[in-house]
Amino acid sequence: VSASEGQLKADQVLDAKGLLCPMPVIKVNDAIKKLNGAQVLEVLATDPGSKPDLAAWAKHTGHQIITVSEEGSSPKVFRFMIRKKEA
Amino acid sequence: MLQSERVLEEAKEAGKNKLVLVVSKGTIDMLYPALVLATTAPAMGMEVDMYFTFWGLKTLTRKGVRSPKLGSVGNPGLPIPNILGIIPGMTNMVSWMMKKRIGKYWPTVYDMMKMAKEAGARIHACSPTMGFMGVKEEDLIAEVDDIVGASTFLGWAADPKTITLFI
Repeated sequence: VSASEGQLKADQVLDAKGLLCPMPVIKVNDAIKKLNGAQVLEVLATDPGSKPDLAAWAKHTGHQIITVSEEGSSPKVFRFMIRKKEA
Repeated sequence: MLQSERVLEEAKEAGKNKLVLVVSKGTIDMLYPALVLATTAPAMGMEVDMYFTFWGLKTLTRKGVRSPKLGSVGNPGLPIPNILGIIPGMTNMVSWMMKKRIGKYWPTVYDMMKMAKEAGARIHACSPTMGFMGVKEEDLIAEVDDIVGASTFLGWAADPKTITLFI
């Protein structure tokens, strides 16, 4: 399912709202370990650093951030859809 | 491309996938930055070695790991007039305040150390520091992997895959 179809469904949701660096990345990394290859993790975070940090983490680990959206304000919530790397 | 991505790209091209941290201070403001990197690096697929020396080593003792402090003297970043830093008890007070604030977001120093360890970081105690600070092997927390010296550290640092930071 491609993100552009708007049909992307999460296999697992991780609520990392309220957490500061490095906790979102660590929790995402733990959560993605429990998924199977190509499954999708949805992550909600309020840490403003979570966007560049998860991008860097994905780049380094090979997982793919399919979409990032921002919702609301104070606090702004970032919603990431991350596809686990195929084994 | 984001700055962090560009830096990582370069690091990856250079094959850098190991992080070596020298932890030379035992205060809250110096321990957390080291522990943040040490817990994150394994999540990025990097190897981590932490070398605790001088006041950093005190953090590896059963007593020290539970009571890191924040210095109140010569610390202009505190929300109190600098001169008040010398008042007896002020170090404990600002330490308590800072721990309370940090505690809302981060685990304790000891819990962060355990997290790093569980994620694969290796924790090393500096042998000469143990000598002159009178720290015995049995005083060390169970998370310590081994007791090593300068040559061992330089061996890791000499690896071209390694990023070395002195904190």
